[in-house]
Amino acid sequence: MFLYLGKRLAEILVTLVGITLLSFFIIHLAPGKPTDVLTDLNPKITPEARERLEKYYGLDKPIIVQYLLWVKRVVRLDFGDSFSTDRRPVWEKIRERLPVTVSINLLSMMLIFLVAVPVGITSATRRYSLYDKITTVGVFIGFAMPAFWLGILLMMLFGVYLNWLPISGLRSMNYETLSAGGKVMDLAKHLVLPVFVSAFGGIAGISRYMRSSMLEVVRQDYIVTARAKGLPESKVIYRHALRNALLPIITLLGLSVPGLIGGSVIFEQIFSIPGMGRLFWMSVMQRDYPLIMGLLTIGAVLTLIGNMLADLCYAVADPRIRRR
Amino acid sequence: MLRERFTRNRLAVAGGILVALLFIVALLAPVLAPYEPDYIDRYHVLEPPGRLHPLGTDDIGRDVLSRMLYGARVSLSVGFVAVGISTLIGMMMGAVAGYYGGIADRLIMRFVDVMLSIPSFFLILAVIAFVGPSIWNIMFIIGLTSWMGVARLVRAEFLSLKSREYILAARAVGASDTRIILRHMLPNSLAPVIVSAVLGVASAVLLESSLSFLGIGVQPPMPSWGNILTAGKANIEIAWWLSVFPGAAILVTVLSYNLLGEGLRDALDPRLWERR
Repeated sequence: MFLYLGKRLAEILVTLVGITLLSFFIIHLAPGKPTDVLTDLNPKITPEARERLEKYYGLDKPIIVQYLLWVKRVVRLDFGDSFSTDRRPVWEKIRERLPVTVSINLLSMMLIFLVAVPVGITSATRRYSLYDKITTVGVFIGFAMPAFWLGILLMMLFGVYLNWLPISGLRSMNYETLSAGGKVMDLAKHLVLPVFVSAFGGIAGISRYMRSSMLEVVRQDYIVTARAKGLPESKVIYRHALRNALLPIITLLGLSVPGLIGGSVIFEQIFSIPGMGRLFWMSVMQRDYPLIMGLLTIGAVLTLIGNMLADLCYAVADPRIRRR
Repeated sequence: MLRERFTRNRLAVAGGILVALLFIVALLAPVLAPYEPDYIDRYHVLEPPGRLHPLGTDDIGRDVLSRMLYGARVSLSVGFVAVGISTLIGMMMGAVAGYYGGIADRLIMRFVDVMLSIPSFFLILAVIAFVGPSIWNIMFIIGLTSWMGVARLVRAEFLSLKSREYILAARAVGASDTRIILRHMLPNSLAPVIVSAVLGVASAVLLESSLSFLGIGVQPPMPSWGNILTAGKANIEIAWWLSVFPGAAILVTVLSYNLLGEGLRDALDPRLWERR
């Protein structure tokens, strides 16, 4: 298992270098000195800000030196200072937003798992039934549904017409006056729609994969054996088949991390949630380059952490890997 | 035979018909639209659907139906150009990796991994921040960030084709690498590429509308389904028609491309034939 994990770790490190190269390339996207173009595009950038950018990236030095200098800073989480009026360090700004985005994404992954796995199993065991057909239609709609439109529709229904749920932010105005239980309820109410919206596409995708993975496993010889020795069907499905059918799903959940993190821009913007995604959106609107580059790097690192966790879960779940 | 397998799948046929209809609508937008897309009806701002404006008007009095019809053009052209770019890049990368193998293969595949592990939405937004939002930039950026799937597909096809007899024969008679790749191997690996291109249009349409909705895609006054929805969100409490219609248009478009793509996949993949 350690050999397997070590190999994966080495791969991830190489990927990390690739990511920093790519991010570095983006800042040099524009021909000539990036700062020249920046000032043309954005009259808001003062000569003083431009000077800071030149200093941060060491733009007067050869490109390889620039890259190495930049990597040295990034490793210490020094992404420079934000261009916005408060001029705070980029990492400080990201750090306060990170927990919001990470916890919403974790909640939506849990929701995806809890809904998609049972739905996938039941539609596989009742293949071609009415239930299976309905979930298949649901999956196709789920794939095609623009997340932001779903968000708007749900806001309209539950927030405006029914007035059951709040439609923006994470806390009500009177949050401070609420009791402890009331605070939890308040937060939960604010989270229902964003978590559901960010999980929606994933539920459709994962339940589809769960269904086909289950159908694949059920055809295997060991399932026939389990049935032949007279085990009840529920035991065959939930003990023998499920464990094997879940393996590819773990990998898929890991692979869905970049999509979830990227998607946080959309749902945080719709529901005005003060997380990383909304910060990213604002930094793009204000062309706050140091903040953009910092968020891009952190987003990629989060993805890699997600992939690593998926690998670890996979190794735990699959004895064949553990023994290697 | 192929056509028969495709037409037996009624959903796929429905998807194909809807895609064709969308094209006709986009082409005929100037004829079908009751107003110019930029025409401002100052006396009917935020008017609900009615006789004058079948799908209502937006927050500055433009006709929603007309803007949606012209928006179909934007959506489809972004979808097609972006997918054209990504398919081309993907085929090139996949062909080189699969045909030459070795260090080229390892470099390209590692690059694919890097691209896949950056949240692509973040990457797209970052690039837009530097190059500025416009319909052309959107097409290119979506194309440049979505070629990885095609590259993997083509590489896999090439790996299995490489040792086929007709390829060996072509090499034996002295055909150049370029000729073998372009004349013999690419045409034989097109089936999965076509399927993924059709599905790719669906996701490009979704991406474009999300970007335009966030205000960093197609810029007003050019109409796009996404930027009509921006106004819908701003007026969510008073104007449901601004949100419901353009969103439904996106859903139907993406759904039809997905159905068409899945139908083509089933028709083209011999491994799936026996099942039905």
